[in-house]
Amino acid sequence: MTLVEVKDAVRTFKRGSEEIKVLDGLNLSIPAGEFLALMGPSGSGKSTLLNLVGGLDRPNSGEIAIDGQRIDQMSATRLAAWRASHVGFVFQFYNLLPVLNAVRNVELPLLLTNLSKSERRKQAELALDIVGLSHRFNHYPRTLSGGEQQRVGIARAIASDPTLLLCDEPTGDLDRKTGDEILDLLTTLNKQHHKTVIMVTHDPHAAARASRTLYLEDGKLVSEFKP
Amino acid sequence: MKYLSLIFTNLGRKKIRTSLTFMSVLVAFILFGLLGAVQTALSQGVDVAGADRLVVRHKVSIIQMLPYSYGNRMAQMDGIDLATHFVWFGGIYQDPKNFFPQMPVDPIPFLDMYPEYELSQDHRDAWLNTRTGAIVGRKLADRFGWKIGDRIPIQATIWTKKDGGRTWEFDIVGIYDSKKKGVDLTQFFFRYDYFDETRRGAEGQVGWYVVRVKNPDQAADVAKNIDDMFANSPYETKAETEGAFVQAFAKQIGNITSIIIAIMSAVFFTILLVAANTMGQSVRERIVELGVLKAIGFTDRSVWAMVLGEAIMLTATAGLIGLGLSWLAVSGMSDSLSGVFPVFYLPVKTVLIGIALTVAVGLVAGSIPSFQAGQLRIADALRR
Ligand SMILES: Nc1ncnc2c1ncn2[C@@H]1O[C@H](COP(=O)(O)OP(=O)(O)O)[C@@H](O)[C@H]1O
Ligand SMILES: [Mg+2]
Repeated sequence: MTLVEVKDAVRTFKRGSEEIKVLDGLNLSIPAGEFLALMGPSGSGKSTLLNLVGGLDRPNSGEIAIDGQRIDQMSATRLAAWRASHVGFVFQFYNLLPVLNAVRNVELPLLLTNLSKSERRKQAELALDIVGLSHRFNHYPRTLSGGEQQRVGIARAIASDPTLLLCDEPTGDLDRKTGDEILDLLTTLNKQHHKTVIMVTHDPHAAARASRTLYLEDGKLVSEFKP
Repeated sequence: MKYLSLIFTNLGRKKIRTSLTFMSVLVAFILFGLLGAVQTALSQGVDVAGADRLVVRHKVSIIQMLPYSYGNRMAQMDGIDLATHFVWFGGIYQDPKNFFPQMPVDPIPFLDMYPEYELSQDHRDAWLNTRTGAIVGRKLADRFGWKIGDRIPIQATIWTKKDGGRTWEFDIVGIYDSKKKGVDLTQFFFRYDYFDETRRGAEGQVGWYVVRVKNPDQAADVAKNIDDMFANSPYETKAETEGAFVQAFAKQIGNITSIIIAIMSAVFFTILLVAANTMGQSVRERIVELGVLKAIGFTDRSVWAMVLGEAIMLTATAGLIGLGLSWLAVSGMSDSLSGVFPVFYLPVKTVLIGIALTVAVGLVAGSIPSFQAGQLRIADALRR
């Protein structure tokens, strides 16, 4: 079953008076349950692609369908609701809210659901359990190590139990050992919790953990990287 | 409700900056409350002045006296219902800074003229039966701890006694009060008959008259008739409505009110800038966070509302506490200021305008930052 379907996606940005075509008729099809690594040089458009798939941005032309739903055609409000229940984002620099402790950071996406306060709390704690942080519920981001902050970030991404996890260089700010632990966690989420994972990375060692690797080149995806 | 704690937590992000803004809003609203009370105190006399009462004084100035006989002559005129007279006694109780007005009056027409001065039947009878009796306002009695039966010495500054003495003694026989807010409860009234027999000089003369007209619509005509009747006599008069009289007494009130409004405008303009700057900075330094919230599924609208909510929460809590403190201050100062301002309180109107302002300041200060937060495009925000 195909979960992500991108057809002829074009995304251009203006730089000064110049138009640059970052994605130039890109096609991508991802079956449910895959762990996909996205590689490519800096500035090649990896984040841009991830944003389109996650409904954070829209293509200039082309189609983006997730689980059969054309998210490129949704209204902004519907798209926000769709994001809340269908995707989780993991960022390179974690992007936790410094004023909230771990549980409340993880609880954020659950504020958008109809869950009661205690249900939200329970589900946030469960997500922190899954990422191995049950002993850090009340810690604030600044008191956590980089690896721990990224675990909180991942817990927040899975809190509302989305099918799709989009990770933009999730180990980019971590040392090898901590990065490996995060990759172990993503693998577990993929294998045991059946999350479809798309991970942008610069690191071939990280990409090796994925079931497939694609390279962005000249605005299109290729399955082999020819430098 | 669940977003309220998020809004509240966000305010704690930069504690010092938030506290400073909080304090400036708080102080502004204390000032607002105090000046509101001062403004009301100054204009109070005008507000309670009876529309059916005329003040009749000497044409040249209020200091010049009028004959006692004018009272009866005016009371018999068409359109006039009652006339009573006052004299400015201007005495000192213990210390000049204990200032309060004292005036000799004829008890029966006086009490008839001022139904807003409420005096119990017992006190009224006692006053009619005691030549040296005086009635005092509730606030004045409280200020000096006077009780019925106390004998109060007043040092005369104008009126020497026939025996050459300057110390007048009065017996407190009544305390008047009023259910009406704004009525002056700091005055001291004693009997004219006792005063007139005891004073040396100017016997049979009074300071000014207050007359009641039967129909307030004809007040201006009646005033003219009075002045006409006494024209070309040695004591020409000037009659005007009590409101006009009080206003003339305090012509500066209008100026003071505009000064107060100018001060408050400057203060509010400043706190508006302070609060707007705080909110602007707060949005600028968490662009990424706001982008993350939107990525998670918060709508543009909810992010806008959250930031605007922060601004309103900040100014409304600070403003309400400020108003509360000004209320405490006004209540606390009311007695010690009663020599300066006979009525000093925080009017409901000021409180209501203040409450509306606490919200309005937040709305205005938060409008641009919250708009920007709502417009923020996620992809741009996350690229920071
Ligand atoms: N919101 C944007 N506005 C303008 N230019 C952008 C924007 N997003 C991306 N770009 C440009 O598009 C190109 C690809 O960016 P990005 O997708 O972030 O690359 P990558 O993630 O592969 O490093 C870059 O040249 C970048 O400057
Ligand atoms: Mg990138």
